[in-house]
Amino acid sequence: MAEGSRDHGGAGTTTDPEEDSPNMIVYRKIEDIVTRIQDEKAGGVAIRTVKSFLSKIPSVVSGADIVQWLMKNLSAEDPAEAIHLGSLIAAHGYIFPISDHVLTLKDDGTLYRFQSPYFWPSNCWEPENTDYAIYLCKRTMQNKARLELADYEAENLARLQRAFARKWEFIFMQAEAQVKIDRKKDKAERKILDSQERAFWDVHRPVPGCVNTTEMDIRKCRREKNPHRVKKSVYGVPDEGQSQPSPVHSSSQPTRKPTKEDVQKEISFLNIQLDRHCMKVSKVADSLMSYTEQFMDYDPFVSATEPTNPWISDDASFWDVEASRDPSQQRVKKWGFSLEEALKDPAGRDQFLKFLESEFSSENLRFWLAVQDLKRRPLQDVSARAQEIWTEFLAEGAPSSINLDSHSYERTSQNLKDPGRYSYEDAQEHIFKLMKSDSYARFLRSNIYQDLLLARKKFLSQQDDYWHSTTLKHLLSIHGYQIIKALDLSAMCPRLIARFLLLHYDLLSAKHKVEPRLMLYV
Amino acid sequence: MRSPPIPEMATQEVQLSETLAHLKTESDTLKGKLEEERAKLHDVELHQVAEKVEGLGQFVMKTRRTLKGHGNKVLCMDWCKDKRRIVSSSQDGKVIVWDAFTTNKEHAVTMPCTWVMACAYAPSGCAVACGGLDNKCSVYPLSLDKNENLAAKKKSVAMHTNYLSACSFTNSDMQILTSSGDGTCALWDVESGQLLQSFHGHAADVLCLDLAPSETGNTFVSGGCDKKANVWDMRSGQCIQSFETHESDINNSSEADREVAIYSKESIIFGVSSVDFSLSGRLLFGGYNDYTINVWDVLKGTRVSILFGHENRVSTLRVSPDGTAFCTGSWDHTLRTWA
Repeated sequence: MAEGSRDHGGAGTTTDPEEDSPNMIVYRKIEDIVTRIQDEKAGGVAIRTVKSFLSKIPSVVSGADIVQWLMKNLSAEDPAEAIHLGSLIAAHGYIFPISDHVLTLKDDGTLYRFQSPYFWPSNCWEPENTDYAIYLCKRTMQNKARLELADYEAENLARLQRAFARKWEFIFMQAEAQVKIDRKKDKAERKILDSQERAFWDVHRPVPGCVNTTEMDIRKCRREKNPHRVKKSVYGVPDEGQSQPSPVHSSSQPTRKPTKEDVQKEISFLNIQLDRHCMKVSKVADSLMSYTEQFMDYDPFVSATEPTNPWISDDASFWDVEASRDPSQQRVKKWGFSLEEALKDPAGRDQFLKFLESEFSSENLRFWLAVQDLKRRPLQDVSARAQEIWTEFLAEGAPSSINLDSHSYERTSQNLKDPGRYSYEDAQEHIFKLMKSDSYARFLRSNIYQDLLLARKKFLSQQDDYWHSTTLKHLLSIHGYQIIKALDLSAMCPRLIARFLLLHYDLLSAKHKVEPRLMLYV
Repeated sequence: MRSPPIPEMATQEVQLSETLAHLKTESDTLKGKLEEERAKLHDVELHQVAEKVEGLGQFVMKTRRTLKGHGNKVLCMDWCKDKRRIVSSSQDGKVIVWDAFTTNKEHAVTMPCTWVMACAYAPSGCAVACGGLDNKCSVYPLSLDKNENLAAKKKSVAMHTNYLSACSFTNSDMQILTSSGDGTCALWDVESGQLLQSFHGHAADVLCLDLAPSETGNTFVSGGCDKKANVWDMRSGQCIQSFETHESDINNSSEADREVAIYSKESIIFGVSSVDFSLSGRLLFGGYNDYTINVWDVLKGTRVSILFGHENRVSTLRVSPDGTAFCTGSWDHTLRTWA
């Protein structure tokens, strides 16, 4: 849809589309914070000159002061959060430690300085290696301890000398020129500027092992309005067009003006939206609240699981239990929440089907399942499968005939003239509603469901365990071991034993006289 | 050939632009009306209604597993339905299948492109899909034979005209939903590679999508660089609903009917890259560009917990299918599971 001409409430002054980019938004927020911190009159920190050893250190602030300010003014709940945020602000180059290349914030007396707006990341710096070479070269020319190159910087310089071997004279000259310009500045000012310049390069050529915060998500790179714009040099070196193109994809959708059709589409869409029935927030809130309440018992993050969460205990039994077709009471309870929940769980589906079969009304569910399956088939199978479903459930004299109202029936048979994955949508919806209002309710009241829910059978069978084994023993003692011998009864569950007894009752009764009472109990 | 009468053409043009202006006015009026209607329905704030709800206790969530092996930024991950396996993709072009519980790598595929921005696990657990700068979505069946070269069985399914930003299987191995930098989403038949349905409506790159969780659901939501989140009907290709919120790109989305609450804090200034809800919907996990994960109480709108651990941006976050853990992928080359 074409973007409307709406003003973005409040901010409205910027017309630069670049301002909308996600990075810019973050930068503006940081800049706002940094500006506020430096505003001593408005509750900011005191930026002072600190006396150290033989000299003075101008324009610094302690890490602890910054952390405190962040905690107070940004409602950070604990120091850890404030330190983390402060470190990120440093990593992006807005504040920096005066005696370290690594850009993090420490909650102690370590001294920090603020970056000059000239070097702010929001200026979209993408400094070239030529600039970096000039910078490193310049540093070697100045005979000051504080400007000595770190190991990694010396390595970088060596690499650049090799890469720019041909134009090294030019770089050298540029570096000399920069040194001349710098010498003209006031001593204190120079200290500050040198440190800011160094911090700039710490962002764009970070210490190995540190995060390079200038890395961009490639999806956002594309949005540069002018990807091939001339990149400005830090030292005013004219761009010789040697820059390597960054991995930018040219937009395949040139922004075009909205046409009549676009606006007409927008209008019809808006009309649909207006007609759409929307709920009040209070109602939405209520339904959201009842949903979360219902499911909170099943949410491992909120309620402890039984057995314990495998990720915490390193024990996978929780998953083994869940995978067994023998559902826990809690799981069975979930089937009662809604028909959707019952059908989501394969065990629930099975039990519901079993119940329906006992009522000889399973065709509805089987139809519903068949249509679900149809939607999951590869395209080439769809047509044939759709026909099969028709034959099985809807055709005249179908073996599992379902009951559809005439309207749905008509529509479905129309759909089948050109069979597709959604040919049975209407019918499926109708049948689902039917099941929901009728058989599902009865299922929840049924013995099959109630037994599982109240774990009745389990309880009973535990009692019968003992009984059956004694009965069996009794039987055996009277009637001999011929049949039993072949089977390992200790491995059989009581239910199976009971069934076994039933099955072989005839045999036993024919051969030996057994009390009918026995059979009834089982 | 006679040249067209100039005055007539000029009148026609004027007429056209008048109609366009008319339409724009109509559209703006409707937008205004819609806003009015929505404002009327906004009778209360969610957290006000939720005041009577019991607060959540203290949470002790931490990293339970760290998966190391990618050579560059991890861009995407997805869970297998077996609740312990995951697939992850990276800028280094590799797609790795892990058993996150044991931290073992089970499969690895090298894609022909870098920046593999999307990956997904098939519901059956027998295949994975992935894509990125190659503009395609390819499906790789996972072989039990470790020696078999997975790349050989690769199936190219989706074709876009720009990068693939996200992909997801629907309820079956047979259909895949994709979103792309070309501004569209599409539904594909895996077997034949045929396009089943395309979804047009975003004015810029589509960055993410999420399917409605129900078995009977036929909708999904997509979010893009045009600051819109659109809800689509998979059957017809129509956009059912549209939300225009946020100041900028929508990086991630989770099914919802309307914007009910905004989760923000003064101390959080970096963007969210990925979100997901806990099983009950009570908790919302957000992976942020400031390397942290913030956990929100959805009803009360308060931040419950902040989790540190990653050393660079969190690029992807998903809760496991049974809600026992969530997994994050980061630009620090690692993945972590938290519980």
